[in-house]
Amino acid sequence: MAITRDDVEKVALLARLELSEAEIESLTTDLGQIVGYVDQLAEVDTDHVEPMAHAIELHNVFADDVVRPSLPREQALANAPSHNGKGYLVPPVLGD
Amino acid sequence: MSYTTVVGLEVHVQLATQSKLFCRCSTQFGAEPNTQTCPVCIGMPGSLPVMNREAYQLALKTSVAINCEIPAFTKWDRKQYFYPDLPKGYQISQFDLPMSEHGWLEISDPKDRFEPKRVRILRAHLEDDAGKSVHDEVHGRADSEIDLNRTGTPLLEIVSEPDMRSAAEAKAYMQELRLLLTHIGVSDCNMQEGSMRCDANVNLHIDTPDGKAATPIVEIKNMNSFRAVERAIEYEAGRQYRVWQETKQQMGDVPKQTRGWDDAAGKTLGQRSKEESSDYRYFPDPDLVPVLSTPEEVEAVRASLGDLPADIRRQLADDHGLSSYDADVLVNQGREVLAYFFNAAEKSGDYKAACNWVTQDIQRVLKEQEQSIDEFSISADQLADLISAIGDNRLPKSRSKDAFELMLTNEIDVAAAIEKLGIEQVDESALVTLCQELLDANPKIVADVKGGKQQAIGALIGQAKKKNSNVDPGQVRKMCLELVEKM
Ligand SMILES: [Zn+2]
Repeated sequence: MAITRDDVEKVALLARLELSEAEIESLTTDLGQIVGYVDQLAEVDTDHVEPMAHAIELHNVFADDVVRPSLPREQALANAPSHNGKGYLVPPVLGD
Repeated sequence: MSYTTVVGLEVHVQLATQSKLFCRCSTQFGAEPNTQTCPVCIGMPGSLPVMNREAYQLALKTSVAINCEIPAFTKWDRKQYFYPDLPKGYQISQFDLPMSEHGWLEISDPKDRFEPKRVRILRAHLEDDAGKSVHDEVHGRADSEIDLNRTGTPLLEIVSEPDMRSAAEAKAYMQELRLLLTHIGVSDCNMQEGSMRCDANVNLHIDTPDGKAATPIVEIKNMNSFRAVERAIEYEAGRQYRVWQETKQQMGDVPKQTRGWDDAAGKTLGQRSKEESSDYRYFPDPDLVPVLSTPEEVEAVRASLGDLPADIRRQLADDHGLSSYDADVLVNQGREVLAYFFNAAEKSGDYKAACNWVTQDIQRVLKEQEQSIDEFSISADQLADLISAIGDNRLPKSRSKDAFELMLTNEIDVAAAIEKLGIEQVDESALVTLCQELLDANPKIVADVKGGKQQAIGALIGQAKKKNSNVDPGQVRKMCLELVEKM
């Protein structure tokens, strides 16, 4: 499967990445090579191999429903670009 | 030209856990903003989610109660989109292998406005909730304030098939779901607090001279009460019909539209669709491992559910002779009131009388006093005694409400209330003597009754009460008629 410029632009939009012309060029090549490698893997005969959902052989890992202390609010907000001491401040969201 | 409204509902219910789905922050509603968060639920790098066992169990319990099949294997996936209230940049949800599918919920209308039917359930899956935006419009500030306390709260999304054919059916489905879920104790289903939320997919099937036409599907959001669900769907059906008459647009002609319900205006309004929002690029969450369940585990959950509201309604109607309307009203009072009712009904043996007291007088008092049934001062045993006292004529029916009020205000039992009311039991022989005296003194009345005018007895009842205030009017009437027969 060939990766086109349109594919890169679409993925960039979904990931909210702003790419320069040069970056779009080089990423189209890079992504094309990665997908090409996966295509190569697809040639392996997996008809009799059970699909797996996870790389480790673990299942049913649970924690008990017991409340533990949360972060103090100052710490939770500390890394935010903008806050008012109570909440994170963000530009208004359109279409809300 | 006629049309049918077609409705499918996506309902999100918040599961009643103490802590969040993937971290141990509290889920308590109403806390100060951003005081219930931690590195896991605000998506700090390097943090690791671990699934809450209780959340999974409550989700499983719900899935079994809505008659879903439980696959042996389930897993969680990342659903990726950008939004300020979603700090991780993705929601942990379930994509291709949900924890339950192919269920159903039966709905009916006690007033018979629609036929009872099974609404099929496509799937129910467990996912985490997002935070909340608070818009500071009052101060005219440009920024929105984000509160992430709700982020990571466990939600079960229950997706129905488009099986409902009216706004009334959609409302009934929501109500039945809430009744069932509160009954089994998995959620408080409070729509105002957002612990039960609903989106509706609505379109019309219109009969035209060229066959059936289907209008484009519209998703309605922002309905915060059962009444809102009903009104929004009714409004939307009318709107789609008007648009169809103008444009003749059918499903597929335009992309799926999202509209928000404006409760004050009574309208659905078009919302700006999120760019490319349908492309969530799901993939299995590598931080979480799958969950396997055995048929034995599922059977154990099924056995733990006990009788569900639909079963109880059926028992009340079939085994205890209540009308389906009464049975519905009773079951809708909730589990605690139902337990109180069963105690009183079983002890007194009179289900109908217990139903009347519980759904009428007791409900009225609870409403007036803003009490729950646990706070109500007359116990189920005392109510049973009251019902028995009426049944065996220790308390005339005409004085039963007075006795009830006395029991309530003075916190006394029925025997004390009877004494306080000055009611002394009139024994059979005294009643016979009294009635015979009255009949002997009123030969004209006796003649009238013998001539077929039974209502003539009425004149004697007042006289009987004057002679003995404790006599029961009904008994006097009955006794007099019996004595006249023998005369
Ligand atoms: Zn947390």
